[in-house]
Amino acid sequence: MKKINKYSRREVLKTSASITSVLTIGAGFPSILKAENNIKVGIPTILSGRVAQLGISVTNAIKMAVNNFNNAGGLDGRNIELIIRDSRAKPDEAARVCRNFINSDKVDVILNAEASGASFAVQEVIRESGTLCLHTVSETSSLTADPSIRAWNAFRFSRIGIHDAVGSAKYAAEIAKGKGLKTWMSVNPDYAYGRDSDDTFFWALKKFSPGFEIIGKGWPKIFQPDYTEVITQIARKKPDAIYTSLWGGDLVSFIDQALLYGIFKNTELFAINLADYTTMSAVKNLPKGLHSATRYVAAWPNTQDNRDYDKSYTDIYGDHPTNWSWEASVGIDYLINALKETGSTDTKKLAEAIKGKTRKSFMGVGDGNTVSIRDRDQTIVDYSIGWGTTISNEPYMTGIQGADWNTIKELENEWLTDKGWL
Amino acid sequence: MEIFALFDCIMSPACLLSQAAGGLKIGMLLFLVASGLTLVFGVLGVINFAHGALYMLGAYFSWQIMSITGHFGLSVILGALGVGIFGLLFERILISRVYNAELLVQILLCYSVVLILDDLVMIIWGDEFLSSVGVPEVFQVPPLFIFDAIIPPFHLAIIAMSFIVGLILWFIMTKTRFGRLVRAAAVNPKMLEALGININLLRAGVFMLGSFLAGLGGALAASVGSVVSGMGNSIIIESFIVTVIGGMGSISGAFLASLIIGMARSFGAVAMPLFTDGLMFLIMVLVLVLRPQGLMGNKK
Repeated sequence: MKKINKYSRREVLKTSASITSVLTIGAGFPSILKAENNIKVGIPTILSGRVAQLGISVTNAIKMAVNNFNNAGGLDGRNIELIIRDSRAKPDEAARVCRNFINSDKVDVILNAEASGASFAVQEVIRESGTLCLHTVSETSSLTADPSIRAWNAFRFSRIGIHDAVGSAKYAAEIAKGKGLKTWMSVNPDYAYGRDSDDTFFWALKKFSPGFEIIGKGWPKIFQPDYTEVITQIARKKPDAIYTSLWGGDLVSFIDQALLYGIFKNTELFAINLADYTTMSAVKNLPKGLHSATRYVAAWPNTQDNRDYDKSYTDIYGDHPTNWSWEASVGIDYLINALKETGSTDTKKLAEAIKGKTRKSFMGVGDGNTVSIRDRDQTIVDYSIGWGTTISNEPYMTGIQGADWNTIKELENEWLTDKGWL
Repeated sequence: MEIFALFDCIMSPACLLSQAAGGLKIGMLLFLVASGLTLVFGVLGVINFAHGALYMLGAYFSWQIMSITGHFGLSVILGALGVGIFGLLFERILISRVYNAELLVQILLCYSVVLILDDLVMIIWGDEFLSSVGVPEVFQVPPLFIFDAIIPPFHLAIIAMSFIVGLILWFIMTKTRFGRLVRAAAVNPKMLEALGININLLRAGVFMLGSFLAGLGGALAASVGSVVSGMGNSIIIESFIVTVIGGMGSISGAFLASLIIGMARSFGAVAMPLFTDGLMFLIMVLVLVLRPQGLMGNKK
């Protein structure tokens, strides 16, 4: 055998393998121990494509809270380890990512930051596995309102369609009464959330202002670039008011294109998803007087806690939080509190610690600025819902009125009864 | 389905004109993008799945140039030219290596480029959508009222510009030597090569032209729409529908099919608002069944 200097190739390989093994054991073992010891939180979300901003603003908010928790010593020295994976907004991919979290990564908790379509897929996975799941983005009502979909180990920290719908309809009915708005059209994205939003808004509007007429509905596809065919219908039918649950870039495009037709001169726009900083700042020449719910603005709720939250987020990331950010922040706050309270990662103990719990929150409007996870459906209530009108520059919103949660809960029960879910 | 609403609309000059103008605008913008796709397929035989990503690049380039120069015309022209140059490099570096490869290889290559570009624009311009480029000041005026139909002057400008581009394209393809060579290359590239024509240069030129058209469509779309990663995904589907209906490789077919799709979407929104996308696919299925080569395509 030809020798390399005085060593054979076999000897060199053996020595290399031994050194590598020693180094691996020496350096790797503690880190394996450390990883085993961590509290693992899996986050399926959207990090690529058109709604990547969703996943990024959610994970920013979570990282902010987790860094504080870990820097403060974690749970008796155990840190929270975030495992964040991209589902590319595809339900089947979200389900696959979740199964991997559970089977391969052995996560303790899934913090679901998927939009509605994929959230239903995630719900199916965690229902089978019994993993603790916190939904922080999906707003489709049925995810937790429909008892056949609900799961004992799933909690929702995101806005819910029916809550927003009642708050929106109450506000819209008052404006309609004052301005004599009788005819309505709607423009909603053609998927689960858009249909849910359309149904619940007009259902609630009927309760407050029964004399209106719906003269047309437009159903653009999600991420549709051109809204001309919907806008020409609006221009022709000349409704007194339009309700829309379009969001993000789609809403920006719709408003920009509708402005060319002068639509908002004689028609009131009620855009439930307009008042997020990223959306309002992106509309070219944001008109004064468009109506919107306060998704997330530092001006509402008008409290120091909320302004502090906005500042601490903005200081770190150089941009304002989004609606998804506050939802995720409240979710991770509940989880951290449950970990501290139980001193455990046991799903049943954590679920018991979250269920029915009331906590102080910068988005809380319950007694003492609190939000609660309702015992009945494990869903957040008493979070801030406000409506106001747009102005062209920061703070972008004026005349904000808060929604009354007693009315919301009363009508929600009526809606649930109608659906046969209560 | 509201068939009576459609009947009422057709009977009303205001509605007819308003929906027709809307359909024309949708169709003409679609034609710009689809003509590039069909040109590349017709001559090079490449199903360019990355065409939508080039449309997206046109929107981003236009947005960037607008934010530097503040000049709408420059942003559209330079944005489209930038995509043309990008297309030239794309063809020379990547596409030229897979002309003789299997279809699957071509599709995989294009799809990879789509994913890379979608992420690349987010790295460069950020993960949030960008506001639209905006319409030029001269078009920031109240809409026109023609027989009570509301028509924005900017839409008329887009329609006119797309017609002019279509005419120039027709002129290039039918009246110039380049056009004749391109058409010859689509039929028998080997013969052309034997006659001493630089076929590589011709292919690169065609791909550049196709990319320019995609970029132009994206730049114009960015004037009244948000600019965002992945925005090319929806336009590529519609462009393929246009290509199939018009006939693979036929520019006049793409023009006709774009108008059909534009009108189907505009009038479809009156009659069947929940089925406008379905209507496009239905038309495509009908064409595939009754005239598989497309409305203006040639039987092979």
